[in-house]
Amino acid sequence: MIESGSVGIVTPFTESFAEPLPLACGRVLGSYELVVETYGELNAAGTNAILICHALSGNHHAAGFHSAEDQKPGWWDLLIGPGKPIDTHRFFVVSLNNLGGCDGSTGPRSINPETGMPWGPDFPAVQVVDWVESQRRLGERLGVNRWAAVIGGSLGGMQALQWAIKHPEKVANCVLLASAPKLTAQNIAFNEIARHAILTDPEWHEGHYALERKVPTRGLALARMVGHLTYMSADGMSDKFGRELREGSFTPNNEEEVVFQVESYLRYQGSQFSTRFDANTYVLMTRALDYFDIAADYNGDLTKAMSAIQARCLVVSYSSDWRFAPARSREISDALLRAGKKVTYAEIATEGGHDAFLLDDAHYLNLMDAWMRQVEV
Amino acid sequence: MRYDLTHIVSWVAHNSRVLDLGCGDGMFLSALEKERGVRGLGIELDPENIIAAARLNIDVIQQDIDQGLDNFPDKSFDTVVMAQALQVLHRPHRVLNDMVRIGREAIVTFPNFGHWRCRVYLGVMGRMPVSRVLPYSWYDTPNIHFCTLKDFEALCDELKIEIIARDFIAAESQGILARWLPNLFGVTAVYRIRSRTT
Repeated sequence: MIESGSVGIVTPFTESFAEPLPLACGRVLGSYELVVETYGELNAAGTNAILICHALSGNHHAAGFHSAEDQKPGWWDLLIGPGKPIDTHRFFVVSLNNLGGCDGSTGPRSINPETGMPWGPDFPAVQVVDWVESQRRLGERLGVNRWAAVIGGSLGGMQALQWAIKHPEKVANCVLLASAPKLTAQNIAFNEIARHAILTDPEWHEGHYALERKVPTRGLALARMVGHLTYMSADGMSDKFGRELREGSFTPNNEEEVVFQVESYLRYQGSQFSTRFDANTYVLMTRALDYFDIAADYNGDLTKAMSAIQARCLVVSYSSDWRFAPARSREISDALLRAGKKVTYAEIATEGGHDAFLLDDAHYLNLMDAWMRQVEV
Repeated sequence: MRYDLTHIVSWVAHNSRVLDLGCGDGMFLSALEKERGVRGLGIELDPENIIAAARLNIDVIQQDIDQGLDNFPDKSFDTVVMAQALQVLHRPHRVLNDMVRIGREAIVTFPNFGHWRCRVYLGVMGRMPVSRVLPYSWYDTPNIHFCTLKDFEALCDELKIEIIARDFIAAESQGILARWLPNLFGVTAVYRIRSRTT
């Protein structure tokens, strides 16, 4: 059932780029494709476009449905649509699957033209700055003159921040949700556990599992379970699952295995993810997260890193997010203040954890709505 | 606009940078932007107020001013304003210090607890004052740090804060009395201050 606030049925399309893309790692991607969805109409001046940057496991399908039978809308349908905070009556919304992804854009699953075989683990380790360059070319291709806003949560926020710094004249507004200027040691450690789960799966085959017609599903599932756990908050999990049982009971002489709801949920999340997502992409995405350090080019001086920004910024954190804690967002907001930039900072009180930027919350949505209405096109 | 706020407007320079501590729904900063062409920033805790300010196109930092304002650099604003919030702070003296550190100047307004009505309540009736301006009962009030004008000026002296100007808002019939005996007849105090040390 497609509701009135929905962009309706959308069709992704592919843009091919023949101009080689020099990457931060030193390698060059000869040519590549990006899978894209757009919602709304671009204005004649090319100034009402909004770029949506996805996070670790996201893709181009941010809003609407792919068919009338589709059960689930895009991952940010809550925010994007007619009359919604990212209002498709006003804005031309561009959402893509990033390079190295596994939902249609060039990545480890694609064929390496030099070998005729899937790239697999040999796909270059693309980084946030490479995504920004590929997105810049995409914007140019679509006729975007200047982004009315670049918006992203988590890893997506890192891209939005990189955009505002790298191309200050091209970004009028910048929205950074549940993000950080760089990962902490604890955060990198969680990513390493996820990678370790994948890399020690017997079906990993040094990343060449596709050639062996295998999938390291156990490793991927475990990686997702660990990741997903860290995206939730303790209170949120208590509310959602408590100690409810899915199977079995604690009555005496009951031989049936006891399964908590939370176990069942995590297993389901892990197994779903392991059939959908590519293991090499997961490794690549977590590496991109780990390597990101926006102040690295400025001797670690975050204020100096922000100095070029022209965009007005909205920085939002979520009280129960311990993976990208509010303190990390405040680092960004404080550096913007010190650099004399225009910034609004808000901490949303929520039990949603890191995932809260994807979830329904009146304060969050009202703030986004209020702020986005002031974005001029 | 609230009466104490109209007083502040005349003390704010055109096209200056203004930080409003406890900016509420952003109406005052919005008016300052329109009337004085200032570039404003608010600090506010209440999420509904932050949303309201965003609707007015006012930038706000969600922050508890009682927890310190270390993230704001010295002299990064021309004027730091705080209207009717001094008495709700846990550490008003620290916030005053922050205000004159962050702003070249600061403007603070607060209810005068030395007003004759308060004194009558306390001195004659032996009760904590309740009035239109101070409508709360003692056990259920956000106002935990009342002071009189004399108290405030003594604190400024202690903190090496210079009083550039002061003004008092009184009941209409008592305007002249307030100029003569502000601590007795001023209902609301408006102080323009700055640091003496820099």
